[in-house]
Amino acid sequence: MPSAIRLRGLEKRYGLVQALRGIDLDIAEGEFFALLGPNGAGKTTVISVLAGLARPSAGSAEVMGFDVVRDYRETRRNLGVVPQELVYDAFFTVREMLTFQSGYFGLRHNDAWIDELLATLGLVDKANAYTRTLSGGMKRRLLVAQALVHKPPVIVLDEPTAGVDVELRQSLWAFIRRLNREGHTILLTTHYLEEAEALCQRVAMLKDGRIVALDRTDNLLRSEEERRLELALSSDDLPDSLRGRVLSQNGRRFVLNLPEYGELEAILAQLRQADIRVEEMSLRQADLEEVFLKVMERAG
Amino acid sequence: MSGFRTLLYKEIIRFWKVLMQTVLAPVLNAWLYLLIFSHVLSAHIQVYPGVSYTAFLMPGLIMMSLLQNAFANSSSSLIQSKMSGNIVFVLLPPLSNFEFFAAYLLAAIVRGVVVGLGVLLVGLLFTDLQFAHPFWILVFALLASAAFGALGIVAGIWADKYDHLAGVQNFAIMPLTFLSGVFYSIHSLPSFWQGVSHYNPIFYMIDGFRYGFHGVSDVDPMLSLAVVLPVSLLMAWIALQLIRSGYKLRD
Ligand SMILES: Nc1ncnc2c1ncn2[C@@H]1O[C@H](COP(=O)(O)OP(=O)(O)OP(=O)(O)O)[C@@H](O)[C@H]1O
Ligand SMILES: [Mg+2]
Repeated sequence: MPSAIRLRGLEKRYGLVQALRGIDLDIAEGEFFALLGPNGAGKTTVISVLAGLARPSAGSAEVMGFDVVRDYRETRRNLGVVPQELVYDAFFTVREMLTFQSGYFGLRHNDAWIDELLATLGLVDKANAYTRTLSGGMKRRLLVAQALVHKPPVIVLDEPTAGVDVELRQSLWAFIRRLNREGHTILLTTHYLEEAEALCQRVAMLKDGRIVALDRTDNLLRSEEERRLELALSSDDLPDSLRGRVLSQNGRRFVLNLPEYGELEAILAQLRQADIRVEEMSLRQADLEEVFLKVMERAG
Repeated sequence: MSGFRTLLYKEIIRFWKVLMQTVLAPVLNAWLYLLIFSHVLSAHIQVYPGVSYTAFLMPGLIMMSLLQNAFANSSSSLIQSKMSGNIVFVLLPPLSNFEFFAAYLLAAIVRGVVVGLGVLLVGLLFTDLQFAHPFWILVFALLASAAFGALGIVAGIWADKYDHLAGVQNFAIMPLTFLSGVFYSIHSLPSFWQGVSHYNPIFYMIDGFRYGFHGVSDVDPMLSLAVVLPVSLLMAWIALQLIRSGYKLRD
């Protein structure tokens, strides 16, 4: 599978600030990929380089095989970017913005697709409203629509759900998922890690301009041996065979270590044998947020 | 080229939507100049034989409005887009640097010419004008608005705030315009200032333009063309190079 996005030794300096310190990354065509990291890690800078808004200080970046500097026009044709900042042009209406944006990409009769975007993003009522009269979340949706006017093979979303209400977040993700199923490559940044966990096949974690973790989402989740079994029992004493698993105890409430789900069966059997009833039970798995915090901590 | 056409169209719509401040206000301004200067001075001054002062004043006034507005169009559009951040909408698409340049430049020329026409129409209420050499009128109108449209691109890219643009307008364009013979023939200046005026490109823009109307001018229109054409090309070249370099547009 050819790479939709390919970064090699990518560095970016803004004056004295070294925003990217050598990034190597391949994102395959059709992937749903998350770029995570704390504020200032360099996520937006990676996107700016891809979009041609910032130029690499060293190394290279390609989109669908086109170099972002040398083949800048092909790169931009293949890329749709939802910027992090809520920008809009107060002079124009929603439909005008989408028509202009289509025109910049050489598309002159794009109304059917524009109408579909407006419908999917819940902007039909606002089609003829001036952009300055939109609420923050609506401006964000317009940015998404603008990024998609030319149906780009690679879609980059820089915190697209910041300030967007629950309902729209759901429908936005359903839409992006559909585009992904239809073959679009998706690169996403977000601080809502449960979004990334639910949506993305692979994740890169960035810190201080470096990639500090890069793996499939499920591998990352497995990598932290953090599966735990929380129990409330009819007794405050456990059979000997289970004592070694206790992570913490509070009266008749226990937290047990559970490296493998398969061991659950055996634990319950041992409790039954000792005539101990289970009153409450819950399983906890490390989520991406915990993994993220661990990775960041380790990265110093 | 359709990306270019869209950007040009958008830039024209942008000023057309606020016609009141972008076209009517400068035309009203020129009308006030005409009212006052022609009333006060027409009895006393005749610069060229057979040409009334008001008729003499007209081309200069048109040219002044035209080049100020060409400058204002590209510079204010760019700085507004930069400051609001919506410049990304034209930086993300696959527009070539030349398309980007040409769209901003042409829109500025259109604004300059539209305002110039407005001033001309208002002027015709005050005085009869001849159009001795329409071709020269057109050439100087286009070259001057191109030069100042391009200067507007340069200033709009360079400026970080409106204050910087106002600086260019008040400390460069206004003085150069007033010292260029809008309101008088430079032959009526002391010889030192006459000499200085000959280094002012706006003088040649106005003088060549005036020749197009009255068939008389301070210097040969070919000399004016020989100055104005390279100045316009140079400004355009600088603007294009600046866009190519990505200066203040792409980090
Ligand atoms: N245009 C710029 N000029 C100077 N420094 C910049 C510029 N853009 C980003 N930086 C710096 O580069 C570093 C990375 O910033 P970047 O915007 O890429 O972070 P981010 O990961 O997107 O953060 P956030 O989650 O807050 O959006 C930061 O130190 C930032 O201050
Ligand atoms: Mg960011």
